Amino acid sequence: MKRLLIAALCCLPLLGQAKEAEYANGDPLMNQRVMEISAELRCLVCQGQSLADSHSDFAIDMRNQIQEMMEAGKSNREVINFLVERYGETIRYRPSVNATTALLWFGPFALLLIGIGILYFNVLRRKKQIQDQPLSAEEQRRAEAMLQQDSSGDKQA
Amino acid sequence: MWRYLVPLVVFIVLSLFLWKGLQLDPRDVPSPLVNKPAPQFDLPLLSDPAVHIKRDEMLGQVWILNVWASWCVSCRQEHPVLMRLARQNIVPIYGLNYKDEREAGLNWLNDFGNPYVASGFDANGRVGVDYGVYGVPESYVIDKQGVIRYKHTGPVSDEALMTTILPLVKELKG
Repeated sequence: MKRLLIAALCCLPLLGQAKEAEYANGDPLMNQRVMEISAELRCLVCQGQSLADSHSDFAIDMRNQIQEMMEAGKSNREVINFLVERYGETIRYRPSVNATTALLWFGPFALLLIGIGILYFNVLRRKKQIQDQPLSAEEQRRAEAMLQQDSSGDKQA
Repeated sequence: MWRYLVPLVVFIVLSLFLWKGLQLDPRDVPSPLVNKPAPQFDLPLLSDPAVHIKRDEMLGQVWILNVWASWCVSCRQEHPVLMRLARQNIVPIYGLNYKDEREAGLNWLNDFGNPYVASGFDANGRVGVDYGVYGVPESYVIDKQGVIRYKHTGPVSDEALMTTILPLVKELKG
């Protein structure tokens, strides 16, 4: 019984989930949209946080402005384009896929394929080098003699 | 021979990239506005809310837009540099008082000096967003056609003035 209680108490920290910055303001559906977009955008002041996570003034301002734009009827894409025009592609966590960012998006897969290719090639080459050659009669006898010695003599390898 | 050479070459190339990477500042966001027209604005003056300042008023001259605020500590760092620049009368400096309180801004200028021809009062920071401001202070060099030619993020140092900003201004003035 005591163990059960201890186990239950150990689960208490799970209640302390780190929440993203509260943005309580009016229409919950709009809030959700704002937060969705904010999660896609980088906070330029707090390195490593999204606009949704960050509590900095910059992030708060940005979220406010995003909400204003949405209330004015702008679509998600229009809002993101608006910010990219002014802050550059850096503000997006997921860079758009175009000629410039193709290397970023597909590079790792390309490298993976090249790596697999090289591996396969090497293994194939090595396999060709190691040819199983049948033992001559003499060698066969010696091999069998050794095997019998191992099993009867119970020698440690 | 090749099996020793290829990993070595790959290692050297990788090292070069990483070394270059160490010199890059992740906080420095390159501005997409360089070589694009400076966004329009129409703001009340910090000194007199009844008078407005518009971007188009500056057409025909090379000018510097400096984004500042009384709450910004780094702005105090660059302030003497701006004061010296203003005294040299090479290029007019216009201020964008960003997300500040009118009284605080005016007091700040009174206490430390005013290098600006005029300061626009951007209370809610919307003009700042148009200019891609994310951390004050920031300074823009704008040419006679109203095109942004250079953006300097962070406090302006004498070195930045000497090496980049002033030569550019001289070039733009023709």
